[in-house]
Amino acid sequence: MIDRPRSVGAAVKRLEDPAILRGGGRYVDDLSLPGMLEVAFVRSSEAHALIREIHVESASALAGVHSVLLLKDLGVDRRMVQANPHPLLKQDITQYPLARDEVCYVGETIALVIAEDRYVAEDAAALVQVDYEPLPAVIDVRDAAKPDAPRVHRESPDNLVGRIPWKFGDADAAFKAAKHVFRESYVQHRGGCHSMECRGVVASHDAFSDQLTLWSSTQSPYLIRRFLSQYLAREETKIRVVAPDVGGGFGPKAAHYPEELALALAAPKVGRPLKWIEDRREHFVATTQQRDQLWDVEVACEDAGKVLAIRGRALHDHGAYVPYGLLLALGSVVNFPGTYAIPAVDIAIDVVFTNAVPTTPIRGAGRPYANFILERTMDCVARNLGLDRAEVRRRNLIRKEQMPYSTGGKLPNGKPVMFDSGDYPGVLEMVLNNSGYGQKPSKPGRLVGVGLSCYNEDTGLAPFEGANVRVFPSGKVVVTSGAGAQGQGVRTILSQIVAEQLGVKPEEVAVELGDTAVFPMGMSTVGSRTTVTAGSSAHLAAVEVRDKAIRLAAEALECAAVDLELAEGAVRIKGVPDKRVPLGELARRLAGQVNVPSPAGFSPGLEATAYHAVERPVYANGANVAVVEIDPETGRVEVVDYYVAHDCGTLVNPTLVDGQIVGGVAHGISNVLFERMVYDRETGQPQTTNYGEYLLISAPEMPRMHLAHMETPSPWNPLGVKGAGEGGTIPCLAAVVSAIEDALGVKVNEYPLSPERILELANGAR
Amino acid sequence: MGARVDKRSIALTVNGQRVSREVETRLHLADFLRRELRLTGTHLGCEHGVCGACTVLVDGEAVRSCLMLAVQADGREVVTTEGLAAPDGSLSTLQQAFWEKHGLQCGFCTPGMLTTLTAFLREHPDPTEAQVRDAISGNLCRCTGYANIVAAALDAAKRLREKR
Amino acid sequence: MKPPPFTYHDPRSLADALRLAGTLENAKLLAGGQSLAPMLNFRYVLPDHLIDLNRIDELSGIRIEGRRITAGAMTRQRALEKHEALAALCPIVREALAEVGHFQTRNRGTLGGSLAHLDPAAELPGVMALYDAHVEVRNSSKTRYIHIGEWSRGYMTPNLEPDEIVTSVAWDAWEGSHGHAFVELARRRGDFAIVGVGALLSLDERKLIRKAAVALVGVAYGPVRLRAAEQALVGKPLDDKALDIAAAEARKIEAKSDLYASGDYRRRVAGVLVSRALKTAHGRARG
Repeated sequence: MIDRPRSVGAAVKRLEDPAILRGGGRYVDDLSLPGMLEVAFVRSSEAHALIREIHVESASALAGVHSVLLLKDLGVDRRMVQANPHPLLKQDITQYPLARDEVCYVGETIALVIAEDRYVAEDAAALVQVDYEPLPAVIDVRDAAKPDAPRVHRESPDNLVGRIPWKFGDADAAFKAAKHVFRESYVQHRGGCHSMECRGVVASHDAFSDQLTLWSSTQSPYLIRRFLSQYLAREETKIRVVAPDVGGGFGPKAAHYPEELALALAAPKVGRPLKWIEDRREHFVATTQQRDQLWDVEVACEDAGKVLAIRGRALHDHGAYVPYGLLLALGSVVNFPGTYAIPAVDIAIDVVFTNAVPTTPIRGAGRPYANFILERTMDCVARNLGLDRAEVRRRNLIRKEQMPYSTGGKLPNGKPVMFDSGDYPGVLEMVLNNSGYGQKPSKPGRLVGVGLSCYNEDTGLAPFEGANVRVFPSGKVVVTSGAGAQGQGVRTILSQIVAEQLGVKPEEVAVELGDTAVFPMGMSTVGSRTTVTAGSSAHLAAVEVRDKAIRLAAEALECAAVDLELAEGAVRIKGVPDKRVPLGELARRLAGQVNVPSPAGFSPGLEATAYHAVERPVYANGANVAVVEIDPETGRVEVVDYYVAHDCGTLVNPTLVDGQIVGGVAHGISNVLFERMVYDRETGQPQTTNYGEYLLISAPEMPRMHLAHMETPSPWNPLGVKGAGEGGTIPCLAAVVSAIEDALGVKVNEYPLSPERILELANGAR
Repeated sequence: MGARVDKRSIALTVNGQRVSREVETRLHLADFLRRELRLTGTHLGCEHGVCGACTVLVDGEAVRSCLMLAVQADGREVVTTEGLAAPDGSLSTLQQAFWEKHGLQCGFCTPGMLTTLTAFLREHPDPTEAQVRDAISGNLCRCTGYANIVAAALDAAKRLREKR
Repeated sequence: MKPPPFTYHDPRSLADALRLAGTLENAKLLAGGQSLAPMLNFRYVLPDHLIDLNRIDELSGIRIEGRRITAGAMTRQRALEKHEALAALCPIVREALAEVGHFQTRNRGTLGGSLAHLDPAAELPGVMALYDAHVEVRNSSKTRYIHIGEWSRGYMTPNLEPDEIVTSVAWDAWEGSHGHAFVELARRRGDFAIVGVGALLSLDERKLIRKAAVALVGVAYGPVRLRAAEQALVGKPLDDKALDIAAAEARKIEAKSDLYASGDYRRRVAGVLVSRALKTAHGRARG
């Protein structure tokens, strides 16, 4: 292996790209099946109401309409399966595929219109008349949490979804004894996902084989199959879920939705394939969002800024349903105390229903909110004690020598939370040096601010993601995996990992992902877990194939295994390259022939399957510095430079990691400066439902990016990798707000921040 | 809603090929390309003219195809992302640059970026970075943070200038 | 988000278009489509008829006779932006157009469409206001010339009858050397202006202000000329005192509050931008 160029670690061009560049991407809306009909949903225009009657006659009568279906027409009367059961989930209320009698947010599905094409389906949907009896709606999570609040679900005793504690150490004692206690409140406001491709489903039931197939723009084909199997009482082997090319996921596409289930129920009844493509207007009211999270935080510390304890109480707006359980709020708490050696933590998040779109993880998955609290708290300590913000962090960061570090918290399986590796102070120094922190630039007519943020992130989440590596008699190497991709370049990563072992080029490896019919078991592509899980599995499987190939070749070439290497698609004797057996030939020998026994001591096929099992997450980490310029007369904020020092362990493809970081930072800046999902507090009507009202960051607003890497491999998987999909976003909110605070010289405890709000804060408003 | 569907016959050139169809007058150009011609490279990201994923070239100009009716393209020349590569299938200089500079992740905004930048670079063969960012300010990307798209455009501009 | 069904008309002459506009009920005129098409896709409008003006050649074109500029209503924003002779006479047009949407939308968007749609934050109506432009509108029987100050009748409601079509806009370029500036506060590049300011300034031999025009967009339903500020500036040097007076006048205007910004904020920003626009225009006038 020594003489070949390495694949792992190389900035290999992506396998995915040529087809996409030529317009050959295959997203769910690109799929057309014979006899296919198109679907539009009738959605609730009320935030909370009883449905008295639904009039479908004129819609059904419209030329080109196949049928209009309600819940009763689907023949079911059950709520959707809970994706993430949890003992703390007090009110497990999921949606019906189509509303039964009560709607609880604007956008909830009421009826399914099936027609020749989407144009006609929308014509018909406009003709469906729903008689509502409005009920009181509550939008603001503070209102919803009050004991006398209107009920988001009329039959609920209250609006509490669950209370999530996260406690270790003795915070009470620490606060009693502490020299200093500081208190702040923070507001983190609602926002959406806005992958460029909205959601979409094509459902088809083949009567001949009784096979139900769904193509869905999803991050979780295996979970969707499982939930459909449970709901439909249909064997998983009779359900196939395929994730084609997915145009961005970011979390919301990992959840299971009413539209998927409705189409799965309707397709067998209709007897023709059905396609539903979410349009952007629907996306604003039908795809899950994230936040509000409102916090009251207390920190106890010493004179020198060493933090002894942190206490926090939060309200978390979960919207009207909990399809994804408590995963988002859980993702927030488990990240306390982040990169800091804080001995006592006492956090509780009340997760509360509101009559708005449900919230589930979006890039960062709750970790950015926790990071925001931790980092703003560090700035708060610095500000109150008159200390430098970087110095306060230095005095609190977990040190390299303390790794592996147990925070005191416990994982869901009861094991202690443990950080595997990382040099938190080192990565902070790296970014401080790179950014010239301490020498703040000045600019005439502008307030300049510098902000910083440290983070770590649980990545490579349990339980597994498997891979099969197989060499065919043709010599072709094919990798299959339950992992999926929504732009991360998973195909390329896996090809590099396998090519590394088998002595082929990455572009010679074919990779098939995201299809429950191709690979037996899978989970979900979320939480920066895929390189760790699928990557490790692909590596283990490739190593097994490699070892098998060498053993068989050693017999064929009559030499010792140690004298052999894999290169150029063959096993060959080191130093004697023409003494070689192609991998395809070895595969042929193991493929079998009738009445000929397999070679002694060899199982059939030149292939292997591996499921790398994750016991604990592995922790990526980093530190960011943001530099902003504020126009003091208009409040307009520009992020001019953004420095990242990033450690995700072994870098399989450095270019792809950089792409994830920059993309993640874009989400963060967009969340802080541009994105605000607004609901009318009285009526529960969403107010920002198009891209003129809800703003996403565009190219001119991005800062100059400066990326630097540290590679601290994880000792807990064979490649030493850690996840990289969300590390750009997690610390970014805090870094930018910290910079704005530095520029204004005024406390800033919230986001998003419009120019007008900046001026209000600068002028002393609360 | 009238029972009679309003239709027109149109004839236009798409990626160098002459096509003629009868279409409903309300069919927008993006859907015509995607549904009638099965050219699914042009994507619908917002259908209200902000995200730019649907950008195609009409008579050489970059336009949002979700905001044009198919009937308005009668007699025109349309080029989509499928028409940017050479007849032998080799990628254009810009497409190649996107590949080399990791200018795409999920790929959904990419067709709009390619057509937009193809038109822009024809008019501005030596752009500054700020000009490139301005040129794609009407194209939203949720994956890349734009840095590599800009790098790809600048790289392509350089290579195209060298070719001359 | 598919458009509702309608009957489509694509007249080839203005006369045909006027006839259609005069006879069809519930008809909408389609110009560049950058504003109407999204409304159709959202089904915010449900016209029975769509009258497409894009095939009427006589509605496009820029004619310059001396200082008099006449632009056809269907002249693309991009054509206005690229017209060299126009840029020499009215450089502010090009500067303002750089803020209008994105180059893809300017490839289709038109001058007449922008005026007829009359979004409060639209930049072109503001530029027309600076020049005291006149809008020519016609129906089958008559032609009206409407001063830009009389153009806005309310929120997105121009001085236009259902059977009338905007046919052209005319204005006179300023004589002699003068300075110009168009500045805008928007959240992102190409977004609608929260507040936009256009300024034209000419100086006499003593470098005192001979003539000033200042127009605001984004603050009210239509563009607003700051006549009081303009008058206060004439005969004065553009010193800090003059700038303060102009900014104070800007802060007095009635400014709307909406989802994007409060009236107070708009007023405040108007003051800031008026000052900046005047300074820039002044620098260009001197230079």
